[in-house]
Amino acid sequence: MGIENFDTTIGLEVHVEMQTNSKLLSPSPVHYGDAPNENTNVIDWAYPGVLPVVNKGAIDYGMRVAMALHCDITRDIRWDRKNYVYPDNPKSYQTTQLHTPLGTNGYLDVTMPDGNVKRIGIEELHVEEDAGKNTHGTDGYSYVDLNRQGTPLVEIVSKPDIASPEEAYAYLEQLRRVILFTGVSEAKMQEGQMRADVNVSLKPHGSDKFGTRAEMKNVNSFHYVQSALEFEEKRQAKVIRSGGKLRQETRRYDEPTKSTILMRTKEQADDYRYFPEPDLSPIHIDDAWIERVRAELPKSATDRQKSYVEDLGLEPYDAGVLTQTLAMSNFFDATIAALPDSTDKSAAKRVANIMIGDVNAYLNKNQVELAETKLTPENLANMVKIIEDGTISTKQAKKVFTAIMEGEEPEAYAKAQGLVQISDPAVLTPWVTEILDANPQSIEDFKGGKDRATGFLIGQLMKKSKGQANPGILNKILLEELNKR
Amino acid sequence: MAASISKEEIAHVADLAKLSFTDAELDHFTSQLQEIVTLCDEMAQVDTDGVEPTFSVTENVNHLREDKADNWHQKKELLAEAPDEAADLIKVPAILHGEDEA
Repeated sequence: MGIENFDTTIGLEVHVEMQTNSKLLSPSPVHYGDAPNENTNVIDWAYPGVLPVVNKGAIDYGMRVAMALHCDITRDIRWDRKNYVYPDNPKSYQTTQLHTPLGTNGYLDVTMPDGNVKRIGIEELHVEEDAGKNTHGTDGYSYVDLNRQGTPLVEIVSKPDIASPEEAYAYLEQLRRVILFTGVSEAKMQEGQMRADVNVSLKPHGSDKFGTRAEMKNVNSFHYVQSALEFEEKRQAKVIRSGGKLRQETRRYDEPTKSTILMRTKEQADDYRYFPEPDLSPIHIDDAWIERVRAELPKSATDRQKSYVEDLGLEPYDAGVLTQTLAMSNFFDATIAALPDSTDKSAAKRVANIMIGDVNAYLNKNQVELAETKLTPENLANMVKIIEDGTISTKQAKKVFTAIMEGEEPEAYAKAQGLVQISDPAVLTPWVTEILDANPQSIEDFKGGKDRATGFLIGQLMKKSKGQANPGILNKILLEELNKR
Repeated sequence: MAASISKEEIAHVADLAKLSFTDAELDHFTSQLQEIVTLCDEMAQVDTDGVEPTFSVTENVNHLREDKADNWHQKKELLAEAPDEAADLIKVPAILHGEDEA
């Protein structure tokens, strides 16, 4: 898209909450949805005399994201205080890494709406603390819950390489997917686990001088980011075209009107008075630490998708669906590993189809996550095994599927319910003989070239077997017996 | 040249800290902080060429904690220190929506 005669320059600063057990500087639990102010202590409030100590897990997780984004890891890190007085943080400062961000100079390859892959630079990423959650009452008061305050965040700062609202959307989607597969965060938008600060400016087409930018803070939906940017492009172009001068300002996105509203100009800009954090020791990251984290970093979505196509013979689309979430992909991998033969492409395809079709339908219908169901990779693998070896039919598999979603063991369940398919010729052949003896007219029809005759006979046989005969084998025996007559 | 600090700067810093002072108090703090700034100027005279900056006064490096949660259950004590509370939330004068989370 874009605006005629202008180039759009967009940079995004994305905050992601990391799912550590405890906070960045205190052992308070990190847990969404607990009762208000349940998970906060004197360290979080920075009471005099407390001794904050950095959570090593937060540094490990930050390093995972840095590695997934191909950043250089900063070996010597010290902390800074960003001072601001606001009710969402009783410390009145945020602990951050202003001068020594954990990662620098990375990139993210993004498939853009036109199908081309564009490399977006990552300026830097750093670990810092989240603020508390404010709820704004209609009674002239706001209400603060500090459970979130102090939760470790990783902030990812892109280079201004993003050229349109659509590219911004694609970048955010891809960034979310990469982060999901680091295992560092579930990046749930509705729980505020991923939020973006958006910077945007316009310059005359082809100019190498950036225009004056506007910033929107804390936009918590990818659609809002795109919509805010679309509005800003038009607003800024209008000001420039009419000969006006843009001011550097902070605006906010207003969803109902799909517009952005001025909050403050540069003259009223924040003055954070950063200074070095005296209470925390510096961090040195050696090679052994880097190698340990690298070994813990789960395989990326891109690598998994490639392996599903190349090693397991899945369609690229299906491989894409299975790598939408880490949970789904891990479950698929565990199921494949539980198959009698993990290189069996037919079985792998069947596992993929069941997960993409039946399992997803179940999750959508019941509004649950995969981990909340009783389905195990072992049971799914076992069900696929007994379909593949003909023990049960695909029709019977539907019933078995319902049962394994309730935690049943597929083979035992199928036997107990009499769902086992009859494939034994010693059982099937006498039935075929009996049905043929009873239907001489059908034999005549068959010899007369009427294909429909076999359909009728199969129907009779399925009825006799109460639907349990293996149709493939039954058909083969029937044709053999017919040709003998 | 000695750096000087103006009354306006003191007012600005007070504003950032959400503190309000009377005119007399502003004068008082301006002269007090001027003395501190003058002292800093004196220290700045020392030749520190080739000296590594000090960011921490301890010799500790990698003083870190394993990622284990421990709930100290201090909600009650902490809320008692809050200006006001309602339903276990800290009650504060209205915050302009959208300004949160700096």
